[in-house]
Amino acid sequence: MKNKFLFLIIILFLVFCFIVLYKGLNYSNIYVPQKNFEKKIPTFIAKDFYLENEINSEKIFLDDKIYILNIWASWCLPCKKEHPILMELSKNKAIKLIGLNYRDNINNAKKFIEDLGNPYSQILIDKDGTLAVEWGAYGVPETFIINKKKRIIKKIIGPLNKELLEEIKPYLK
Amino acid sequence: MKIIKILLIFFILINFSQLKSGEKSNEIKNKILKNVRCLICQGQSVYDSESDFASSIKLIVDKKINDGLSEKQIYDFLKIKYGQWIVYEPEFNKNTLILWLLPILLFLVGGAIILKKLLLFKR
Repeated sequence: MKNKFLFLIIILFLVFCFIVLYKGLNYSNIYVPQKNFEKKIPTFIAKDFYLENEINSEKIFLDDKIYILNIWASWCLPCKKEHPILMELSKNKAIKLIGLNYRDNINNAKKFIEDLGNPYSQILIDKDGTLAVEWGAYGVPETFIINKKKRIIKKIIGPLNKELLEEIKPYLK
Repeated sequence: MKIIKILLIFFILINFSQLKSGEKSNEIKNKILKNVRCLICQGQSVYDSESDFASSIKLIVDKKINDGLSEKQIYDFLKIKYGQWIVYEPEFNKNTLILWLLPILLFLVGGAIILKKLLLFKR
């Protein structure tokens, strides 16, 4: 009787372990960042792309507008691909586009903007990638939508395209 | 002459303690970097990775240590930015309860069985 009870306990334990491990197999082991959330914008000090003076983040997001922060680099091909979308977005006067130039050569970055146009109302320099970490980004391009309450409401990983533009339209009103 | 000697000893002691504290902060930095996952090459820790993301994290961790943040505060900062996934060692919460408690439970049950067997054997 005692042995039977012990046997049952072992079997139950093994079944439990099997279920836990089997369920675990369905979870992705690849990092999937959170895309829909509400977070406060980080506070930081960054260099201006053209003036090269230091600016406090509190002085950047001052207007009562929707802000879009786009992380880009001249060496990033997807950034080139999404640039026409950003140019289109820049025509919307209710939005202010801020660029964060990520780990780039300043001359190449300036040439990129000269060739493809400047959709940004302000560009900041992130020479060592630490500002991107403050934003919770881990590559380029990444785009953050900031509402009028100065909270990040949407994060887009990868290049913007027509479909994504349609998807984010409700956030831009 | 005596004053110069005392000053010299004092100077050496200060430098030695600074060297020691530098070593200690380097140790903490390496410990943190080994426990942080590189999100670009996910099989590697930030310590081992050479990606742009990893080098930015290395700089951030270094800066936070110099700003006087504790190990826990640095982990918390990274978890806020990237979620629990960034840290290799999972924190103790309701989702990781089984993960943390099961080995202890198994150890206790196993220990009790061995103890019982030993007691029976002695008799």
